[in-house]
Amino acid sequence: MADQKQEQPMQAATSIDAIDKRNLDWFLDKGVQVLIFIGGISAIIFVLGIFVFITKEGFDFVLSRFDLAEFFTSPNWRPTSSANPTYGALALIVGTASVTGTAMIVAIPFSLGAAIYIGEFATGKTREALKILVELLAAIPSVVWGFIGLSIMNALIIDLFNVPIGLNIFNAGVILGLMAAPIMTTIAEDALKAVPDEYRAAAEAMGATRWQVIRKVVLPAAKNGLVAAVLLGVGRGFGETMAVLMATGHSVQIPDSIFDSVRALTATIAAELGETAVGSDHYGALFTLGIFLFIVTFLINLTADLVVRGIKKK
Amino acid sequence: MTMQLLAKNTQRFWLALFIVMLLAGCGGRGEGGSSGRVVLENKGSDTLVNVAQAWAEAYREVNPNLAIAVTGGGSGTGIAALINGTVHIANASRSMKDSEKELVREKGHEPIEFIVGYDALAVYVHQDNPLTETTIAQLAEIYGEGGPTETWTQLGIEVPGCANQEIIRVSRQNNSGTYVYFREAVLGKQRDYKLGSRDMHGSKDVVDLVEKTPCAIGYSGLAYATDHIKMLGVSTVAGEAAVSPSTATAIDRTYPIARPLFMYTLGQPTGNVKEYLDWVLSDEGQCIIHEKGYAPVRAINCDGGDTTAEATE
Repeated sequence: MADQKQEQPMQAATSIDAIDKRNLDWFLDKGVQVLIFIGGISAIIFVLGIFVFITKEGFDFVLSRFDLAEFFTSPNWRPTSSANPTYGALALIVGTASVTGTAMIVAIPFSLGAAIYIGEFATGKTREALKILVELLAAIPSVVWGFIGLSIMNALIIDLFNVPIGLNIFNAGVILGLMAAPIMTTIAEDALKAVPDEYRAAAEAMGATRWQVIRKVVLPAAKNGLVAAVLLGVGRGFGETMAVLMATGHSVQIPDSIFDSVRALTATIAAELGETAVGSDHYGALFTLGIFLFIVTFLINLTADLVVRGIKKK
Repeated sequence: MTMQLLAKNTQRFWLALFIVMLLAGCGGRGEGGSSGRVVLENKGSDTLVNVAQAWAEAYREVNPNLAIAVTGGGSGTGIAALINGTVHIANASRSMKDSEKELVREKGHEPIEFIVGYDALAVYVHQDNPLTETTIAQLAEIYGEGGPTETWTQLGIEVPGCANQEIIRVSRQNNSGTYVYFREAVLGKQRDYKLGSRDMHGSKDVVDLVEKTPCAIGYSGLAYATDHIKMLGVSTVAGEAAVSPSTATAIDRTYPIARPLFMYTLGQPTGNVKEYLDWVLSDEGQCIIHEKGYAPVRAINCDGGDTTAEATE
């Protein structure tokens, strides 16, 4: 303020400068506008950029060497065979699907239960503490989960279930379920919170018990949000790499039971891309897996988004 | 009025920022110019990475002006980097493929190969496993495509704590040098691995998994052996005496699955690279690889080796 007063007498002398300075301001203003615009559309640019990149890298392979029937029906993934390389991804797709499915069986009861408890029953400090703990669970790095699977769960599963190896669908499913549960809990809880209190009050006024209120009123009203929570959990499961690489056993086979080792699409890319010659068939095949994964997760997320939009229209 | 003041301040701020950046730029360049250290890039095989690091550290005392930056990533990664010309020396646990050599020649260089040591590829089983020896043919029936051996019972033994006596095959990811060498040495060049093996992402992971899994069998470098795991003796033909893996049996080539470890350069090495490779192959360098659990390229005596090494410098 003191500075301002001192400069006032100099107004006349600097009035020509002032026009220039206003120009600088104007440029700054435009500059910041452009920056914010770029920030705003950056997500679109990145998604498109990634899609163009993986398509470009995988495209040669898709055109020249790709065999759609082999890719989806053959379990023979032998990209480095010297006699006859084959690129059947069926075992990898089944691996990813079985692990994600098991993870959802584990995660859905846990996360919906936690969301209902946090959203409907817990109050005050318990509620806050639980919310923080759930978020903390989401912050554990996936490699740590994988390490737990590899070093603790493996021996435990061999002992408990008397199976030959503990690195299998069950191990990876449980770990992935625990990893997906926090994000599902958070979204499901938001969905429950979005149900207006009037609904609950009205139901209680009709003489409904607490359980009846939740089951007959709150859950149906929050249905779309809960489905979206589950779908995002599925998307998380599909895309998870490190923990799955370590806990599934990384073994190319069609499983007969939940205690068989499998291999996931993501883990295959992670394990093999680093040592693959750029531009080779193997490289192209890995990018084709990438394109497939991208399309699947894109569809899952899009569905989740549409479901959530459905809730808002009502 | 306030606008004007603000603009003035902003201008001052940008000027200050510009000066700071200019100064920082100058400072950075000054530091870079004053250093006389030369950096050699050395990349490749995970099997060799520990030894390569030990060499790089020990060489700092031989030539303090030369820094050797060692990176792992796998034989394929190292060779790819050599082809692209981003490293001076590539480490590999397999020899370069003809196609890779061709790529180097296309860029106008000749790849030069140095054998810097040998690695016995040990066959590991759980310590409760009663098996003590195996043959190459038996391993091929366990690991190879179409091989009928699926259970330990078929080998005439019973492994305590192993459900269904199922053999759990532990292998490596399909582009590691170890995977490629084991296929060539045990299955033969044209035969594939049976699908369904657990493909681990590192030499140490194989040992860790076999150590904790009674049903398992796996192959990995001898250097990764621990006290809690059993190594099988291997014979080439059934009936012959099995040879236990050790540095001694790797040096005299009696152990059947010992592989050479390589370093590759672009063209005949000169200057610093040549001096470094000569030192690696000297008694001092070879005693370091021996200490790390691999076999040196020739029989040497490392107990009194220090003085000899000093003399050769």
